[in-house]
Amino acid sequence: MSVQSAFADALLAAHGGCPVGLFSSNGADPASRFAVYRNNVQSSLINALAASYPVTLQLVGDEFFRAMAGLFVQANPPTSPLINEYGSRLADFIQAFEPADSVPYLADIARLERLRVRAYHAADTPALCQQHILQHLQGQENLGQLSLQLHPSLATLRSPYAVVAVWAAHQNDADVTNFSPWPAQNAVVLRQGLAVKTFAIDSGSVSFINCLNQGTGLEMAVEHALQASSEFDLHQCLTLLISHDAITHLHLE
Amino acid sequence: MTLSYSPTVSPAQVPGLPHRAGLGLKTEHLQDVLETRPDIGFFEVHAENYMVAGGPFHHYLGLIRERYPLSLHGVGLSIGGEGPLDPEHLARLVRLIDRYQPHSFSEHLAWSSHGPVFLNDLLPLAYDAQTLARVCAHIDQLQSTLKRPMLLENPSTYVQFQRSTLDETDFISEIVRRTGCGLLLDVNNVYVSCVNHQRDPLTYIDALPLHAVGEIHLAGFAEDSDSLGDRLLIDDHGAPIDDAVWRLYEQVLTRTGPVATLIERDNRVPAFSVLHAEARQAERCLAQVMS
Repeated sequence: MSVQSAFADALLAAHGGCPVGLFSSNGADPASRFAVYRNNVQSSLINALAASYPVTLQLVGDEFFRAMAGLFVQANPPTSPLINEYGSRLADFIQAFEPADSVPYLADIARLERLRVRAYHAADTPALCQQHILQHLQGQENLGQLSLQLHPSLATLRSPYAVVAVWAAHQNDADVTNFSPWPAQNAVVLRQGLAVKTFAIDSGSVSFINCLNQGTGLEMAVEHALQASSEFDLHQCLTLLISHDAITHLHLE
Repeated sequence: MTLSYSPTVSPAQVPGLPHRAGLGLKTEHLQDVLETRPDIGFFEVHAENYMVAGGPFHHYLGLIRERYPLSLHGVGLSIGGEGPLDPEHLARLVRLIDRYQPHSFSEHLAWSSHGPVFLNDLLPLAYDAQTLARVCAHIDQLQSTLKRPMLLENPSTYVQFQRSTLDETDFISEIVRRTGCGLLLDVNNVYVSCVNHQRDPLTYIDALPLHAVGEIHLAGFAEDSDSLGDRLLIDDHGAPIDDAVWRLYEQVLTRTGPVATLIERDNRVPAFSVLHAEARQAERCLAQVMS
């Protein structure tokens, strides 16, 4: 085994262990010094997760979160030097993590926080001018054949829990014991200018937005949205998208 | 609102960092800096933080770059890694340098990736002929890809390797000689490593190719102890710069003359005014060696 293979394995191992071939010039046990590296690696990655998942952390407390994140780090070390992106699989890990079962909405909150990080760093595709979109939509005879492209920050989340309400209840320092994880909510996350925003939306809007993100034309997207929810309101959904600068291209199919 | 920075200078026109004190750019200080325009010599950022598609990071770095000289400091290239440099990461770095035209690019004498895994720390190297050849090949590749020289930072270390056959200073000197790269002399790292390995810091510094120093780093350390209860210093960038490091810095400057100097603080970041005061202290040291 190479020097760095042995070193890397020992850094991520759950318990102790020090690679061979190390020494300290004062004769100290090299394991007591190697521990600095182990701690740097594991705590820096746990800190990175804590920074990306602040509400997930608040919901279970610092001690529980750090212990859970430590197990995640050992099982899923980063595979890229872009630490901003680290932890995209934390929500799935939480979903399967039995000690967190008592907070059943925890994984969905983590999913929402991941979408917010992605939106924060998404590309700066310029939005179409709101006036231009409105003119185009109003003057268009063939509305159904129109294709809308959405901002790369835009993403949705379906949840059986009140993900947006739970997340919003943890956005200021106020007492957050008073929130309910029900009724179910769906979320949309987007970045308008520099600000990442999160809204609760109906199930039809989720289908509509997902269709547009996959390049589906307006007519088909509306059809899917109405299948998901007969109460889907196209006008309301378009108003949300237009007023938050979420439409970047318009073209006829 | 424009979200991208359009460079107005070509690489050949970008001068090196000014011989002044600079600060790491912290998100919590951005508003302060942009509103009050403090007289800071330059700002330094970690390259990897800005390898994202868009959003606030690029917006603010563009504004900073219009107002201040910029130093780009890599923490993820794994120059000392046993494997090849990651071509995707290299391509991202080229794009970032093209976009912001920094006055300096620096990286570490360390490794941080192994196989598919990124370990998010600057890990130590065994100093032997094989490692030397590998590090030099990586630096040659990097400098020819970036079409500019880089600065290599001396490490802070906690253990030593039995298979090392060269002193750290000989290893670094030979890299500088073979590759023509410059040296980022981290005075805190010198102090931390020398305490940890029972060396004399000034002897260590005098064994380095000081003519190649293009930037100095100053930072604070944390204190721990090893199995013998001996002092074990940890380079955590989480405290004010220690008096011993300030004294060593002054001695370095009498040897090098004025050099761009960064105050590094990445953990327990205090108010901007606290870091600004450390920058002013460094500028007083620099003023004493200006001829």
